Amino acid sequence: MAVFVDENTRVVVQGLTGSQGRFYGLRNRDYGTQIVAGTNPRKAGTDVEGIPIYATVAEAVEQAGANTSFVIVPSAFAADAVLEAAAGGVKLIVCVTEHIPAHDQARIYNTLKRDYPDVTMLGPNCAGILSPGKANIGFTPTEVAKPGGPVGVVSRSGTLAYQALYELTAAGIGQTTCVGIGGDPVPGTSFIDALAAFEADPETKAIVLIGEIGGSAEEEAAEYIQDNVSKPVVAYIAGVTAPPGKKMGHAGAIISGNKGTASAKMDALTAVGARVAQNPTEIGGLVQEALKEIGAL
Amino acid sequence: MDLFEYQGKQYFERFGIPISPGGVADSVEEAVEQAEKIGYPVVVKAQVQVGGRGKAGGIKLANDADEVRLHAGNILGMDIKGHVVRRLWIEQASDIEAEYYVSLTLDRSKKLHFGMLSAQGGVDIEQVAEESPDAIAKIWIDPVDGLTPESARAWVQAADLDPRAEDATVDIVQKLYTCYIEGDATLAEINPLILTPDGEVRALDAKVSLDYAAVYRHQEIWGAFDGLEPHDERERRASELGLQYVGLEGSVGIIANGAGLAMSTVDIVNQVGGKPANFLDIGGGASADHMANALTVINEDENVKAIFINIFGGITRCDEVARGIIQAMERVELKSPIIARLDGTNATEGRAILKENESERLQMREDMLSAANAAVKIAGES
Repeated sequence: MAVFVDENTRVVVQGLTGSQGRFYGLRNRDYGTQIVAGTNPRKAGTDVEGIPIYATVAEAVEQAGANTSFVIVPSAFAADAVLEAAAGGVKLIVCVTEHIPAHDQARIYNTLKRDYPDVTMLGPNCAGILSPGKANIGFTPTEVAKPGGPVGVVSRSGTLAYQALYELTAAGIGQTTCVGIGGDPVPGTSFIDALAAFEADPETKAIVLIGEIGGSAEEEAAEYIQDNVSKPVVAYIAGVTAPPGKKMGHAGAIISGNKGTASAKMDALTAVGARVAQNPTEIGGLVQEALKEIGAL
Repeated sequence: MDLFEYQGKQYFERFGIPISPGGVADSVEEAVEQAEKIGYPVVVKAQVQVGGRGKAGGIKLANDADEVRLHAGNILGMDIKGHVVRRLWIEQASDIEAEYYVSLTLDRSKKLHFGMLSAQGGVDIEQVAEESPDAIAKIWIDPVDGLTPESARAWVQAADLDPRAEDATVDIVQKLYTCYIEGDATLAEINPLILTPDGEVRALDAKVSLDYAAVYRHQEIWGAFDGLEPHDERERRASELGLQYVGLEGSVGIIANGAGLAMSTVDIVNQVGGKPANFLDIGGGASADHMANALTVINEDENVKAIFINIFGGITRCDEVARGIIQAMERVELKSPIIARLDGTNATEGRAILKENESERLQMREDMLSAANAAVKIAGES
């Protein structure tokens, strides 16, 4: 089984008529994802390579049966797009847009929590989500993934998730789902939500968690693992040698004072029994080791 | 963007937060001019974005023009923890009866705005938090609700300030919230917030950080705070070219796509015994032009002896990257050899493009570790 998205996921792309939205929307469709609609109020009634364009998400839900939205619009419009998707009736929102102001992120998060508690949002500033062989929403290069499980991947960073997929696939290990939660300060979905989904998924036997400096999401994940996750976890944390006070590319990747360091996160994860890789290329080997130990390889 | 104290105060003033009369000075003469205008005694304050100015001798009281001349002369050009003082803020001296602390920031864990108010101001708040956590009144504010006048008052009352300060502080925390929200600040801090003997409450310092992601809707505010070039010349140049760059001290130039991979590349170079010259994320939709710009910035760094390009193609297609490298090598006389590692979307096409151009100046490696080792070896040999 996959988590969050599978072959039944029906996607509306907010931003399909833009160049990036078109490139990735069509790429996702070529992979077999059901891309059933796009939105653009000024282009309603037209189509992109046969994908109908509606004025609103609500229409895409009603007329094309969309249940998931892929938000790929410029940052100034992204907050409104996410709220429109939730109001329009989709249950999953995948927002890849980077540079949404932090206050807007906090506002979206709390609005969804209050008014749309059954809606899950991935991102913002995430690479998307891939359930190999079933559905791909976002940027993840499917070439490096392998269907069939048994590993679930969850990552703040896109490229490090791709790296992990590549290492696993090279070792002959497939993946159930690769979940991007994004590199921003207020992600809609946390490591904990993804860990819970993987723990509940019978086909996922081991979990790869890829974190980075900044915030305390990895420490919170470690606490959650302690009491709630029975499956082996392999972790990698980027930014071990990052200087404090510098924003390392992602808006959320900053060590403030002595808070948010990689070593604190690695210690927290090690303390709850996770195998912590020293560099991303070690992930494959550690997962192999973990799977052998539980007799799943 | 972190504002200097004087900019933070100008910013507070827009929102009606009371500050002491003051003015900016870039020379001893200007300092005297400002002091004469304000009236003595004044405080001469170094404008640097680093804590501990007072202890370093960057804040001095002056009772007349001669003292202003003396202190301004000493402070201008002073090096405070690596920050050279180029500007002063001259401010009317205040009689202080009590010093408080107030700040607003975003609590990433609770995903709410977070306020701290304490009757123990004027010192490092982290120290207060550690030694007497009960001395800090905390409030978590749902961005959907905002800070209501009732919750503002309850927050102030919980801090146990001098009763004479209560009404003014309730007013100030609401204005601070407004300025924090309306300007998209990631931090708005007043330390100290002072109570004067005649019962006035004023911001004696200002620490404000604004969110880069929100510039587009605050052109006017950002425009008012020019002259804020990053500390590092390389960072200034990279930012002009739209690159996510952080200057470091070593000799291995790094270009990677994605912040995570770029951080990881910095880590792996350190781990194999090298020293990275920088962090550089060419970003998601990086074009050939973008790569050429990235190489240009790294090439201008005199310390760089080898360039490690680490690409895992997703949003950035490897063939674009490869073309970018070739184009940049045609445009720029690169001083250091490139060690490249490409994987992911269109990797086969990308590698083929590089293969045609492979030389001692442009080498390929299959994986991150061997590429890091090669780059560090070359940087060490030069």
